[in-house]
Amino acid sequence: MKRFLSFSLVLTMIMVILAACGTQTGGTTKTTVTIVSSLPRTGSSKGQTDTIVNAIKMRLEEAKYTACDGNVEIKYEDLDDATAAKGAWDEAKEAENANAAASNKDVMVYIGTFNSGAAKISIPILNNAGIVMISPANTYPGLTKDGKGAEGEPAVYYPKGTRNYTRVVPADDLQGAAAGNWAKELGVTNVYILDDTELYGKGIADVFAATAEKNGIKIAGRDSIDAKASDYKALMSKIAATNPDMIYFGGITQSNAGQLVKDMRAAGMTADKVKFMGPDGIFEQAFIDAAGADNAEGVYATFGGVPPAKLEGKGAEWYNAYKAKFNAEPEAYAVYGYESTNVALAAINQSCASINRETILKNVFATKDFDGVLGKWGFDASGDTTLTQMSGQQIKGGAFEFVQVLK
Amino acid sequence: MAASQTPTSPQSAPLVPREPFLTKRRAFSIVGLIIFLGFFAIPIYQTILLEMVGDTGQLMQQIVIGLTKGTYIAVIALGYTLVYGILELINFAHGDLFMIGAFLSLIFISLFGLDPKTSSGLTIFFSLIAILGLVMLCTAFLNAGIERFAYRPLRNAPRLAPLISAIGMSFVLQNVGIFLGDGLIWGKAADALGSDALERVSTAMGSQSVAPKNIPDLLPNGQVFFIPDSLKYTYKDLLVVVVSLGLLAGLYSFVRFTKLGKAIRATAQDRDAARLMGINADRTISVTFLIGGALGGAAGMIVGLYNGTALFTMGFTAGLLSFTAAVLGGIGNILGSALGGLLIGLILALSDQYIGARWSNAVIFAILVLILLFRPTGLLGQEGGQKA
Repeated sequence: MKRFLSFSLVLTMIMVILAACGTQTGGTTKTTVTIVSSLPRTGSSKGQTDTIVNAIKMRLEEAKYTACDGNVEIKYEDLDDATAAKGAWDEAKEAENANAAASNKDVMVYIGTFNSGAAKISIPILNNAGIVMISPANTYPGLTKDGKGAEGEPAVYYPKGTRNYTRVVPADDLQGAAAGNWAKELGVTNVYILDDTELYGKGIADVFAATAEKNGIKIAGRDSIDAKASDYKALMSKIAATNPDMIYFGGITQSNAGQLVKDMRAAGMTADKVKFMGPDGIFEQAFIDAAGADNAEGVYATFGGVPPAKLEGKGAEWYNAYKAKFNAEPEAYAVYGYESTNVALAAINQSCASINRETILKNVFATKDFDGVLGKWGFDASGDTTLTQMSGQQIKGGAFEFVQVLK
Repeated sequence: MAASQTPTSPQSAPLVPREPFLTKRRAFSIVGLIIFLGFFAIPIYQTILLEMVGDTGQLMQQIVIGLTKGTYIAVIALGYTLVYGILELINFAHGDLFMIGAFLSLIFISLFGLDPKTSSGLTIFFSLIAILGLVMLCTAFLNAGIERFAYRPLRNAPRLAPLISAIGMSFVLQNVGIFLGDGLIWGKAADALGSDALERVSTAMGSQSVAPKNIPDLLPNGQVFFIPDSLKYTYKDLLVVVVSLGLLAGLYSFVRFTKLGKAIRATAQDRDAARLMGINADRTISVTFLIGGALGGAAGMIVGLYNGTALFTMGFTAGLLSFTAAVLGGIGNILGSALGGLLIGLILALSDQYIGARWSNAVIFAILVLILLFRPTGLLGQEGGQKA
């Protein structure tokens, strides 16, 4: 009797469990798509990436975290590819993020990376996994363009032979050239070029140097800095002796751009005598904070797009909505975070019939005449945006101000 | 202990038994060096020398910049050398203590409300002296505390244990730096207490704890009156040199001429023998850490004001350079470390000018290797004074 009782008890339990399983698999037809972003969330890029993540969440909230008329549930994970010890992105951390994404079968869209160097790590991993990447900020040309980067690029990043990487920002070959042309317009005749030896910084400085030379600007010298050095007084004294009327720095705030400007001013190269220009890597408040507002005054920065406040049409609507929602100014890349998510959602919505990595990847690459917040644009075969609009900024009164659109 | 000197007469020069100059090992390294110089380096030297002679004004300028930088590297290097001398411990946390010094001075400057535009010169002068004292006091006790809790319990453990403990403390201090640099925390404290002073600290730190902080430019920027305009040399540079040299001289005479200094030297030579002579070794070691900490804090403030930046990783970079300086000059030897610091500053500046900024770190370590080949104990290091 006792044995029968326990037997039946076990039997009922099994039946209950089976029934539960049945309702679970039979009742919910919702598929889950996880979108992950991998951005430096620690370190001084945090100011930028906070607003990017805000923008991503904003777009997902607008879609109520669903796609395909509510049949697909969207999940979002905000991964950090930086470490506190480094204060910037880290190779190991980026590889870890990419591998985690590859091994989670729900992950079908990877928004990232912020730094071009990090993209070099994650593109091959995600290429093998067949996950589409949409970068809101990478501008190094060699990631997608033949003959614009180092030898073997970009093929080395795509071990499967097919492309999986797209970006919604124009690449540096355009930005470096725009900066070179702008320098000419500003009347620069003798320029000293520095870079921080990083992929992004050196790449853009190379393009700048080539354009400047073509425009007849004399190159006073070219050097690379140690981004960890405590000061650049000796270097700035050397530069001052070459009498340049502009210093171009290919690099980012995190590779000590603030200290460079400080020591440049201390070496007697004041804003009225010598200009300082940098790429979008210094186009952020953190740069002004690091250099000190007095030293940063008059610094020029190019940007592969238009600053948020100068967006038009849908972009202007987005800008106002962002400000209303977060009660703060979006940093320059926030709108690209929004647009990346926008494109991802559109691709998912076109893939409703079969939600998998392959279809979503195909549909992201098929983006043409997309009517987004950046205007009407699409991806070309190599994953680059068809947008080419650039802008020039200058620091006035302790803040970046839009100066002009660059071609 | 191979020292031939006794604790009672340590002022006299050590009597190191001289080995014949041309040993087999030396002969090999000399031949190697000649081959290296002959084939690779001579054309480079030639261009560099021509450049130096071609523009002596610029050469002088770089020497001045290098020596100025060298003096503060020397002050940090002293912290390494003091602790190594007495405990044979490479105190990796010293560089980060220097960083804490820079952060503390920024905090005090904000608390005092010093501003180069509004405060009068006299206020700035006296406030800075007060702040220097405060910062040195804080870092001195911080360093002594670190010794008490992280190194002393491990004093008789295998030598690797305190070394790892020091690396650990370095990370702890870096995180303290991140914490101190968080403007949001200061902002909350300011709101809670309704304090304007704390609010100023919050503004100075900004919203991102790990971003570089701007330290206001409080030191006078005018050209020093007795130096011709062709050579750029400001009162700021002069102050850095004067304060650094003052600290160096103070430390040197303290260790050399006071009773406590004698106790430090005795403990450094042989802790057990010193104990037998009635020296309280624990107290002496604590005093050494107090002094080392004060020097680190002072250097942090000097460099912070001079370069105008505080960053939580600045201790690592400066620490690496200073430790190299200490090894170059002979770790454990005060004058040696000072010499090493000056040399490194000089090499850095000249390399920036004539070889290229990207090579400067490589040049420093190449020279370090070359010097250690011929003098394994550093330039002024004493073989007898090292306990291997």
